[in-house]
Amino acid sequence: MNIIFIFLAVLAAIVVWWLSQQRITAKPWLETGPIGDTGASSLPAAKIGLGVFLAIVGSLFALLLSAYSMRTEMGEWRPAPVPKLLWLNTGMLIASSGALQWAQIAARRGKMDAVRASLFAGGAFALAFLTGQLMAWRLLDAAGYYLTDNPAAAFFYLITGVHGLHLLGGLVALGRTMDRAWRAVTAGELRLSVELCAIYWHFLLLVWLVFFSLLLLTDPIESDSGVVAFICRIL
Amino acid sequence: MVDVGTVEVIPPAEVEDVELYHPKSWVTKYVFCQDAKVIAIQYSITAISIGLVALVLSWLIRLQLAFPDTFSFITPSNYYQFITMHGMIMVIYLLTALFLGGFGNYLIPLMVGARDMVFPYVNMLSYWVYLLAVLVLVASFFAPGGPTGAGWTLYPPQAILAGTPGQDWGIILMLASLILFIIGFTMGGLNYVVTVLQGRTRGMTMMRLPLTVWGIFTATILALLAFPALFVASVMMLLDRVLGTSFFMPAIVQAGEHLKYGGGSPILFQHLFWFFGHPEVYIVALPAFGIVSDLISTHARKNIFGYRMMVWALVAIAVLSFIVWGHHMYISGMNPPFGFFFATSTLVIAIPTAIKVYNWVLTLWRGDIHLTVPMLFALGFIVTFVNGGITGLFLGNVIVDVPLSATMFVVAHFHMVMGIAPILVVFGGIYHWYPKITGRMWNEKLGQFHFWVTFLGAYLIYFPMHYLGFIGVPRRYYELGGTAFVPPSAATLNVFITAAALIVGAAQMVFFFNMIWSLLKGKLAGSNPWRATTLEWQTPQTPPGHGNWGKELPIVYRWAYDYSVPGASQDFLPQNQPPAKHMTEAAPS
Repeated sequence: MNIIFIFLAVLAAIVVWWLSQQRITAKPWLETGPIGDTGASSLPAAKIGLGVFLAIVGSLFALLLSAYSMRTEMGEWRPAPVPKLLWLNTGMLIASSGALQWAQIAARRGKMDAVRASLFAGGAFALAFLTGQLMAWRLLDAAGYYLTDNPAAAFFYLITGVHGLHLLGGLVALGRTMDRAWRAVTAGELRLSVELCAIYWHFLLLVWLVFFSLLLLTDPIESDSGVVAFICRIL
Repeated sequence: MVDVGTVEVIPPAEVEDVELYHPKSWVTKYVFCQDAKVIAIQYSITAISIGLVALVLSWLIRLQLAFPDTFSFITPSNYYQFITMHGMIMVIYLLTALFLGGFGNYLIPLMVGARDMVFPYVNMLSYWVYLLAVLVLVASFFAPGGPTGAGWTLYPPQAILAGTPGQDWGIILMLASLILFIIGFTMGGLNYVVTVLQGRTRGMTMMRLPLTVWGIFTATILALLAFPALFVASVMMLLDRVLGTSFFMPAIVQAGEHLKYGGGSPILFQHLFWFFGHPEVYIVALPAFGIVSDLISTHARKNIFGYRMMVWALVAIAVLSFIVWGHHMYISGMNPPFGFFFATSTLVIAIPTAIKVYNWVLTLWRGDIHLTVPMLFALGFIVTFVNGGITGLFLGNVIVDVPLSATMFVVAHFHMVMGIAPILVVFGGIYHWYPKITGRMWNEKLGQFHFWVTFLGAYLIYFPMHYLGFIGVPRRYYELGGTAFVPPSAATLNVFITAAALIVGAAQMVFFFNMIWSLLKGKLAGSNPWRATTLEWQTPQTPPGHGNWGKELPIVYRWAYDYSVPGASQDFLPQNQPPAKHMTEAAPS
């Protein structure tokens, strides 16, 4: 359960910081009169909404990873190999995230051509990542690690599946942004949507990197079992 | 009182006026509607309707317990299906949906001075996904094999094995319904949180919010972080059941046959379930705390005692509720230091909770108490919550919990603290805000009758149940049979409890009759019948129109509890009343 607690501790820190901005030691009964600053953020509501949504999705993945790491300590744990293809997929997801970051910068500079090109590249790399993940499933399956037989493989299918579904959902939002980009609105109107896509992509990349490193740590071939056992015990 | 200058200092439009969605047809106005007030009523009606199903199920449970071997239509399988669905519906589909989807949707935009939720379209989707979840749940009653009978905690491995009622379809529909509910709730919850963060009107700081909003706000954050645990558990169990994975399923030999499962961990499910399950108690309790604070302050014509402490206590309870889930698992074989940790963290929650109770009592102290129907329910809540909370101190200790855990004592405890107490607040809240929602008052006499039958009746049901627990009457059992340690008097007491339960259940019809009668014939309420300070009572129209505020958003000048302010001309000062006017009125000196 340590992963979820680390995650909740980070959230708690954010909440404490936010509360500290809200003058919670004020004595409202003495403060009759107008107050100009209500403590609301100057960020757009959509961005705050995405932030809250990422906290929820983060909690979902933290719990899945917690369950995974708890399960590794229990009986009959048989690790599954990590397909080498995942390195390539990781590269694709990094490229996808990078392209959207570039789109965000281009949108800020008002270069619509660059925005369109990099949105397209981001989407293409994301599709390549998803295809790669499906192929990794086939590889594991062909190597005899079925969903039902091996706990490590089952967790792998589950977590990559949930991650992939979230990326698919992101692709819907990206598709709508691209649709607007091609309908030649100005870069200024597009800036917020592109920014939200980029933030979501970076977040899913982070989730993937955490899960991938956890996989590598428990990989029976790659690593020394003493270290694995140690790290699993901490997590 | 600090003089903070004149009214003109307010910077103009701190909050941008949003462009509202305007319904064009009857369908978009009343069915697929994006107005939070309509969504609130849709949520409430759906939740209360499914809650009535759960009420009938509780009657059937009680009938079986009082008169075993009498009803041919209650088989052991049916009995388990009834208790499972009763628990699940009451906790999740009624209380969670009603407090957050119902009260949250109606009150948050009005109380913070917004025109609507920040993402109205997502808010509308939230209700329709919730309705779908309820329909899937109802469908399981008609599926082959009936609904699941795994108990509301759905513990594996038995929840998905042959021999448990509803193993074919019931459990699949149950898990699918939970997954839908959580998706729907997330859409709504996102709205409640972001509206409180960003939708507040000019001058409405967080510390000027009514405690109702604080309660719903903290409960929503809890729910958004805790429901993913139930989501993960439901998805994994669904995979175990449908695709044959072994996330929660150990190697099992059933009827001499090795099942295909192996290596999974049932304890993992318990951790995930209760990681959601304990915060769930506070998801229901925190909105109740908030609403009760407002009811007491309004109907005692006195400012809430210790507003800051009330806010801090809400936050403290929310934080603590994430580190106590283990107290539901004392009997699943726990390392003693863990048991010690969970017992300690559980008992520590008594401190912020006690702060709240003291502050309610101190708010009443020398107040001008009006025993209106909402006030009666609020007072009933305080008594019941303290009562249920005290038995919680018993059960929080490992050594006391172990012998009592499988007995009726636990049933009595959580029905007091998590069933009756929040339901009393639901009633209090409905009686309080109904005049705003419909523009008409309730019939006072019928309301009082409803209160006394419900309140006293609930004690007649659950107080004796504690004694049944003490003598060891087990919970979950279809019938006691020839259990040697249970005296025959237990059966007599069971008949008494059942009679009380039937009467209390039937008395709820008075509530519904009153609701419909008042809608048609009730006295016109006017905009502010309780002479309350909070913004929802200051709307230009009653019931509030589309967009809530007419042309201009209100400007807030004071906190939510200016009741009986010395020197003021009336005993309440609405939040949007400028200080200058009040100062001149109050400045003869």
